[in-house]
Amino acid sequence: MSSAVHIATRPYGAMAPDVETFAFSPENQEEVARILARYPAERQQSAMLPLLLLAQEQHGGWLPQAAMDHVAELLNVAKIRVYEVATFYDMYNTRPVGPIQVRVCTTTPCWLCGSDDIVRAAKDELECDIGESSPDGRFFLREFECLGACANAPVLWVDQDFYEDLDYEKARAVLAALKRGETPKPGSQTGRQASMPVGGKTTLFETAPESRPANDEAGA
Amino acid sequence: MPKLTVDGVEVEVPVGSTVLQACEAAGREIPIFCFHPRLNIAGSCRMCLVEMEKSPKPVASCAMPAADGMVIKTDTPLVHKARRGVLEFLLINHPLDCPICDQGGECDLQDITLFYGPDQSRYTENKRPVVDKYLGPLVSTHMTRCIHCTRCIRFLDEVAGVEELGAVQRGEHMEITNWIEASLTSELQGNIIDLCPVGALNSKPYEYKARTWELRKTESIDVSDAVGSNIRVDARGNEVMRIVPRLHEGINEEWLSDKGRFLYDGLKKRRLDRPMVRRDGQLQPADWRIALDAAAARLKGTAPERIGFVIGDLVDAETMVLVRELAARIGTPNVDCRQDGSRLGYGPRASWLFNSTIEGIERADAFLLVGTNPRHEAAVLNARIRKRSRQIPMPVGRIGAAGIDLTYEVQDLGAGVQTLSDLLAGGIGFAKELRAAQNPMVILGSGATARADGLAVLDLAMRVADEFGAISEGWNGFNVLHHAASRVAGLDLGLVPGQGGGLDVAGMLAGGVDVLFLIGADELDLSGLSPDVHVIYQGHHGDRSAPRADVILPGAAWTEKHGTYVNTEGRPQRAKLAVMPPGEAREDWKILRALSDVLGVTVKLDTLGAVRARLAELAPFLATPDVIVPAAWERAAGPGDLGFDRAPFVSPITEYYQTNAIARASGVMAECTKLRLAEHSIKATGTHG
Ligand code: SF4
Ligand code: FES
Ligand code: FES
Repeated sequence: MSSAVHIATRPYGAMAPDVETFAFSPENQEEVARILARYPAERQQSAMLPLLLLAQEQHGGWLPQAAMDHVAELLNVAKIRVYEVATFYDMYNTRPVGPIQVRVCTTTPCWLCGSDDIVRAAKDELECDIGESSPDGRFFLREFECLGACANAPVLWVDQDFYEDLDYEKARAVLAALKRGETPKPGSQTGRQASMPVGGKTTLFETAPESRPANDEAGA
Repeated sequence: MPKLTVDGVEVEVPVGSTVLQACEAAGREIPIFCFHPRLNIAGSCRMCLVEMEKSPKPVASCAMPAADGMVIKTDTPLVHKARRGVLEFLLINHPLDCPICDQGGECDLQDITLFYGPDQSRYTENKRPVVDKYLGPLVSTHMTRCIHCTRCIRFLDEVAGVEELGAVQRGEHMEITNWIEASLTSELQGNIIDLCPVGALNSKPYEYKARTWELRKTESIDVSDAVGSNIRVDARGNEVMRIVPRLHEGINEEWLSDKGRFLYDGLKKRRLDRPMVRRDGQLQPADWRIALDAAAARLKGTAPERIGFVIGDLVDAETMVLVRELAARIGTPNVDCRQDGSRLGYGPRASWLFNSTIEGIERADAFLLVGTNPRHEAAVLNARIRKRSRQIPMPVGRIGAAGIDLTYEVQDLGAGVQTLSDLLAGGIGFAKELRAAQNPMVILGSGATARADGLAVLDLAMRVADEFGAISEGWNGFNVLHHAASRVAGLDLGLVPGQGGGLDVAGMLAGGVDVLFLIGADELDLSGLSPDVHVIYQGHHGDRSAPRADVILPGAAWTEKHGTYVNTEGRPQRAKLAVMPPGEAREDWKILRALSDVLGVTVKLDTLGAVRARLAELAPFLATPDVIVPAAWERAAGPGDLGFDRAPFVSPITEYYQTNAIARASGVMAECTKLRLAEHSIKATGTHG
């Protein structure tokens, strides 16, 4: 995704304030033009999702009404249509939240593997409840549906990274590191490689024949 | 045309029908919530499930196109189980407050639950409460009751053309909202109250006022504009409790404008409920005898040509028959039913009718609006034009009344007469589009005819209609849009001063008469009237004219009498008496009948039947209710050299909610006006949007 640039410019302090007016920054305006160019003239509304994401990133992780209104204006649609979309998808926040988004998967596979503990760990470490921001205003905690990483359940998703194979302590450790401003190593926290069986390999013991290209080290 | 079998009955339905419609054609009633024949299909409530052969699961009949050879079953255990299941889900979060809910007694959910629903709830968890939304002074909300059928959203988007409601969040958190606390801006918003199948959207003025089964229901006609929407007046005792639309495919379909729906609280305020006579400079109560004598004395003591009659916008045709007879017997030519100074009323009848009929809008493929703002002059009719604009790509050109959002795309061609004659000469690009159309339509509003050069503009507009093919075999696209409910009947009865003699309204007000007899005429500026002019006011509201009157004869409002109203199409319709006039007020034709006696020029029309027979004699095309007698096309005789006024055409309506005496007395309408003005000033200072 082309959004890496914008992530870097995002304010990582406390919650971004509500604003009366919103405009895309000069660099983001170029991005807006690129996004709009992807859709035919009579289908410009299709750009709503990417534009909202961009606006949210620029505004520190949430969409003030002014930003949604601005997107409505850009796309020439009624404001309520933008509010509908922004509230429908979980990835958009329509109220002020901490810029670091912590999402705990609580769907069945993760739940069976102990996601309740992860929720508890997150609550304890971030000192806030689900759907709330931490007291320092930096973290926003919420539940999420299946993140598609069930093989490594339970899973915690922080901004762009997945932390997997967690238990109460490991989850707390990850979050504590994040709180200190460090970036813990994403992926499995038990050291297993990708989603390989927990006890190590059970198959594919032979080395690949010379003729075939070797598997990518990073796996999955 | 697809043929299907529904419960063993074979039916054939038009192409494009749904399975639901096929079931209905087969005489099967299918319970529905979200489906509405005049709105797009949502398919969201699942109440309409039926069994279809070869389908492993029940199908939503409202969203399933009917196809040849389908075998549908609507009365199987599977269908019943499905309906029970859907209802059980809908009721999980629906409160059990029917005993205090305004919808109780006319609620789809209540009715359907009675027939198909479970008799007990298995659900023990807490119900989901939803915060009520503020939608303005007309629609109240109880959002916990909402079942998310989205009819209200679809109506505002599709029919009313204002995208102001939406569904935010999703799943079990879904809420219907306008998001920003602001009142809805549509003139048709009241219809979402009727559309809401549950009690989530209610009438705010009617809130907690009555139960539906206590109401006496009377069929009537809306008089807040000249569309003639069919309405039902619901009364309890002698009080009008609410007004709701009735179905009439040719006129209002099933919609009603907000003014027509909500002005009724004005019926209880500022009423003239006893005769009054001015003594020592003060209007003082009198009895009928004294008031009639006072009026008669003045009329008798004045030369006939110094007496003038002006007829207001809410007057019924029966009363106008009496005015006509009385004026004729008195011998005055000064009678005018055009308070706004319109010049229409001479020449062929086609020159003051909406000839294509309102239904005809759905056959038109190009529109030219001249001096009119149909959104405010005829909100329901405007919705028809919008409906048409959604059916086919359609050019709409407008001359005058620019800049107003009509809820469909409009090209502003110019401001006034010059543009119209340029168009006739083909000098405007829009001429090509108009000429290319099969059934072009010209709509002429009173913004173009209620001015000194009105007849010349009329002539020009009729020539435009001729020139661009608006008149052809089976199509008359020349339409005059009135906004006064009484106007067409007045013109049909010839209540205009003769072109030779007789004074029009302006002439009467400018000192042409010594006695001015106003029949419900409240849209006049009487400030310039000489203090010597004796004013007799007959009407129902102490509005603009009554304070200037010397004699007041209290009449009945339209809900309080049997009356005929002729709409802008020339369609006569009858409003029935729903409640009695207050106090000593009387039906208007009877007042004039009594006055004729006192004057010694008795008009021998003693019963409503006799008045109506006379009406049919004077205007045979008004004899049969609800039948439009088409007017033959003929161009009005050239007006002679009147010269044109260069001033732009402007719509006569500046404040939609304040166009007649009843609306001006209504607190609800006043609140709407206040809000609208506030909104405008916010926009003007630019702190909004
Ligand atoms: S408010 Fe009424 S009409 Fe609107 S979605 Fe809810 S139930 Fe349907
Ligand atoms: S259930 Fe948690 S990632 Fe799939
Ligand atoms: S009526 Fe068919 S799904 Fe609602």
